[in-house]
Amino acid sequence: MQAAPLIRISHLKKQYETDAGPVPVLHDVSLDIQEGEFVAIMGPSGSGKSTFMNILGCLDIPTGGRYELQGHDVGQMDSDELARLRNHVIGFVFQGFNLLPRANLETNVALPLLYARIGKSERLERARNLLTQTGLGKYAESLPNQISGGQQQRVAIARALAGKPRLILADEPTGNLDSHTSQEIMDIFTRLNAEDGITIVLVTHEPDIAQYAKRLVRFVDGHIVHDGGVHEAAA
Amino acid sequence: MMIGVMLGEAWHAMGANRMRTFLTMLGMVIGVGAVILMMAIGQGVQYSVNQSIASMGSNLFLVVSGSTTSGGVRMGGGAAPTLTLSDAEAIAELPNIAAAAPVASGTAQVINGPNNWSTGISGVTPDYLEVANWELADGYWMADSDVRSATRVAVLGNTVAQNLFGDENPVGKTIRIKQSPFIVIGVLAPKGQALDGRDQDDTVLVPVRTAQRQLLGQQFQNAVRHIMVQAVSAEAMPQAERDMNDLLRQRHRIRAGADDDFTVRNMTAMANTAAETAKLMSLLLGAIASISLVVGGVGIMNIMLVSVTERTREIGIRMAIGARKRDILTQFLLEAISISIAGCTIGVALGVGGALLVNHLTQTPIVITFASIALGFAVATAVGVFFGYYPAHQAARLRPIEALRYQ
Ligand SMILES: Nc1ncnc2c1ncn2[C@@H]1O[C@H](COP(=O)(O)OP(=O)(O)OP(=O)(O)O)[C@@H](O)[C@H]1O
Ligand SMILES: [Mg+2]
Repeated sequence: MQAAPLIRISHLKKQYETDAGPVPVLHDVSLDIQEGEFVAIMGPSGSGKSTFMNILGCLDIPTGGRYELQGHDVGQMDSDELARLRNHVIGFVFQGFNLLPRANLETNVALPLLYARIGKSERLERARNLLTQTGLGKYAESLPNQISGGQQQRVAIARALAGKPRLILADEPTGNLDSHTSQEIMDIFTRLNAEDGITIVLVTHEPDIAQYAKRLVRFVDGHIVHDGGVHEAAA
Repeated sequence: MMIGVMLGEAWHAMGANRMRTFLTMLGMVIGVGAVILMMAIGQGVQYSVNQSIASMGSNLFLVVSGSTTSGGVRMGGGAAPTLTLSDAEAIAELPNIAAAAPVASGTAQVINGPNNWSTGISGVTPDYLEVANWELADGYWMADSDVRSATRVAVLGNTVAQNLFGDENPVGKTIRIKQSPFIVIGVLAPKGQALDGRDQDDTVLVPVRTAQRQLLGQQFQNAVRHIMVQAVSAEAMPQAERDMNDLLRQRHRIRAGADDDFTVRNMTAMANTAAETAKLMSLLLGAIASISLVVGGVGIMNIMLVSVTERTREIGIRMAIGARKRDILTQFLLEAISISIAGCTIGVALGVGGALLVNHLTQTPIVITFASIALGFAVATAVGVFFGYYPAHQAARLRPIEALRYQ
């Protein structure tokens, strides 16, 4: 018998309510992701990838179906418990980095620890360590707009790692970066997956990027049309 | 721990947009400053009015010569000397009257060696001390015999004593009033300002007959300027006033239908009116100032709403990495409260400074109480919480994804 999966999605539905009526985006999506997996999600624009990721990240709620994280039904949780999950279990990495523009890098990275109620000295020490690991130690006092996009994404990853998450969700993390920088970012994810056993789910449009993953899920029109190896479906 | 960090963040956010923070605070500064200043002035006026009233004596009438209207021609109170010492004696005999103190007054130059001082001279009887609510600081008060024999003794008001004698004790010394030598037998304890702002201590009291015969050169030997009358109680005052009117009309042989040649003023009623007016003014000033405080609060709410809207993405980011609703609420509330308290502190400083300046420039008395400052702070905090809560609540209510998507 296998252990309970980290993520169990069954019959998930999502529709947006708009002025022009309801817009169904996800139709009956079911998916299991085990602890330690590295999953790439691909699919045409508008196929519902971001919608799916936001639900995985507890940033949005589904309109139907069931989502279990670490064996617990997320649908039953109140907003404080969801906040705790986002703080301790999930690290989210965005295409647009989403750093606080007026706070320096150190403060940005330490922010999740603030909401985890961790003392100031430990907070700053951990933030500095994370920045040093991602090669940005000397920019600790800089503001986000004083460093490059690749560097900002590294800071965002450092921030996602601050709460020691089991799961990293990255929605087009390399979408704004050139291919060389993209490779550097993907190397970081690969290392986190291989060395620390952190589960990684990332959305990308680029087959090259998907090659870093071990499993590929392809969305079309709110359905999963492929779930399996990266090689057969890429291209 | 959390609060400390949040406060730091609040400072940071305030510093990040200085101009806006400053303008928001300005509303608070003006509001609180106005409240403190207005209350200081209002309470100052009330204080000095009450002080004057306390120095005045209770259940008091002032009877002056002349009618307010006489045959269509207005005459100043006390202009035609129609009241006499015997009027005063007759009033004192009335049932509801405790004492009647006639006063004959004028001004004169008072001299002690090289020092001279121009002041009001009042000729009075022994009853005057109590009726007018004076206390002796030193020496003796005049006796009935001083009035009867018109002796040349004088009791000095504090201001006169200061000006003629400085630190020296005037009791037993001789001064000259209109060339005549007077022995100083006593000095009055200081009273301060009267309701009309006059210095009550700038006076010299002498026996009434002495004043009439030697100092004032009256047309009618017995005439007095006014009579201070004390009723036995507050309840007895209306009856006492009627009795006095009847008595004086009879004594002055005024025919029915003709105007009085005297006026009875109820000083206690006037004092109460003055106190009421001062209180009302104080309240009005406070009310007007409070309005500016509320306007300041609305300013804070305005800015906080803008700030929440502007920072919706930031709120989304914070939520995405684990901030709870409560954390967001606390952050924005603290920001609002910090702005109000900072504004309030500056406002208190400006208000107190302004009050001191007003006092310095106009000599208006001011009263700054701990209560008015505490009130300012309490109101500012309340305004901060009240007007900060709505936008903070709006921010905390957002779902993370909605906040993140906000452009
Ligand atoms: N807040 C929303 N309200 C209404 N419709 C929405 C909303 N967000 C997304 N949609 C719609 O849902 C569909 C899926 O959007 P989603 O962002 O999940 O696509 P995606 O696969 O991430 O696309 P892309 O590759 O361009 O990022 C789209 O048709 C989009 O118009
Ligand atoms: Mg997308």
